[in-house]
Amino acid sequence: MTAAAWTERLRTGLWKDNPGLVQLLGLCPLLAVTSTFVNGLGLGIATLLVLTFSNALVSATRRLIRPEIRIPIYVVIIASLVTCAELIFKAWFPALDRSLGIFIPLIVTNCAIVARAEIFASRNPIGASIADGLGMGAGFALLLMALGAFRELVGQASLAGFSFADSGFLLAVLPPGAFFALALAVALKNHIDGKPGR
Amino acid sequence: MSTSSIFRTGLTLAAIGAICTMLVAATYQATRDRIAANDKALLEQSLLPALAGIDYDSGLTDSLLELQPPHELPGNDTALVYRVFAAGEPAAALFAVTARDGYSGPIRVLIGVAYDGTVSGVRILQHRETPGLGDMIDSSRSDWVLQFDGRSLGNPAAEHWAIRGDGGEFDQLTGASITPRAVVGAVRDTLLYFDAHRDEIFPVAASEENE
Repeated sequence: MTAAAWTERLRTGLWKDNPGLVQLLGLCPLLAVTSTFVNGLGLGIATLLVLTFSNALVSATRRLIRPEIRIPIYVVIIASLVTCAELIFKAWFPALDRSLGIFIPLIVTNCAIVARAEIFASRNPIGASIADGLGMGAGFALLLMALGAFRELVGQASLAGFSFADSGFLLAVLPPGAFFALALAVALKNHIDGKPGR
Repeated sequence: MSTSSIFRTGLTLAAIGAICTMLVAATYQATRDRIAANDKALLEQSLLPALAGIDYDSGLTDSLLELQPPHELPGNDTALVYRVFAAGEPAAALFAVTARDGYSGPIRVLIGVAYDGTVSGVRILQHRETPGLGDMIDSSRSDWVLQFDGRSLGNPAAEHWAIRGDGGEFDQLTGASITPRAVVGAVRDTLLYFDAHRDEIFPVAASEENE
């Protein structure tokens, strides 16, 4: 794979086809855990790792797998990787694991992952699939971090645990704040891309 | 699909399943000890507030008694007793018991009792009491639960181990008397149990005293 192709794949994941901003996939964890920057960072990294490895494994086995059984195989691969990620978080980042709670095992249900397996990794070579996983994962992780930072800053007047003021605009850390923040992010992206509203 | 291709497909599925299982098993083996250590550290952290002013040896959670119901402690579920030693000698016992007469469901209470029978700390582990009223028993909401520190069966006398509304010495909470009554009762019953069964909880010390 050439450097240009790598850049193109990363750019697609990070911006052009960002799973959160454009494909609007994986919104459940995206909305639920982005109440703080650290939570967004933790779930973002976990999702990035699972997505990259699942793309690599799906791509590596794509010639062995008959189309009839591809979905069960994706499920087995993704579920195993998520279980490993959960164990690793529990062992090395116990505090983060407690604050993310059920959302680490729920990465299994993040449709961004099975979507990339089906759309990309199952029909592309392993190098390109890894690049796609990294790009899409990083795009998702950066969006989680940005939303987490924004909501923590507005809602609690703190960032990554360092507080600047006594209280913030509480709505931002409540569930509706997640929708507002995501809507702002999508609107901002469309504005930068110069895409008029449809 | 022919029979042989069905067979091959099944074999592929089984092989990938086996590989994934091995991956998970290897990760589990690699992380098991760390996870157990983390869980233990977390448990110890949660027990420490009930051990104010008590020295303890490392391995706080190693000497655990699990009392299955029926037992004489509050609650009709499993009661936990962590035996705490200092320099090898019995120092305190930590009881995790359930007060069943809370306002909205059972209240799980952690009660630390020093070896001499005084309370070294009480904390609420789990409750569903009314926010703003009954939930003041939680140490993160108010200091109510600190009033047990240093109390014992003689202080106050047994008939005054109750909330003020019942003629006792313990503060109640504005707008909530059922909740504090339940907690005071659980602490009192635990002290009574400790008083009656101390030598069963710490059999080693008892046999040494007899020698």
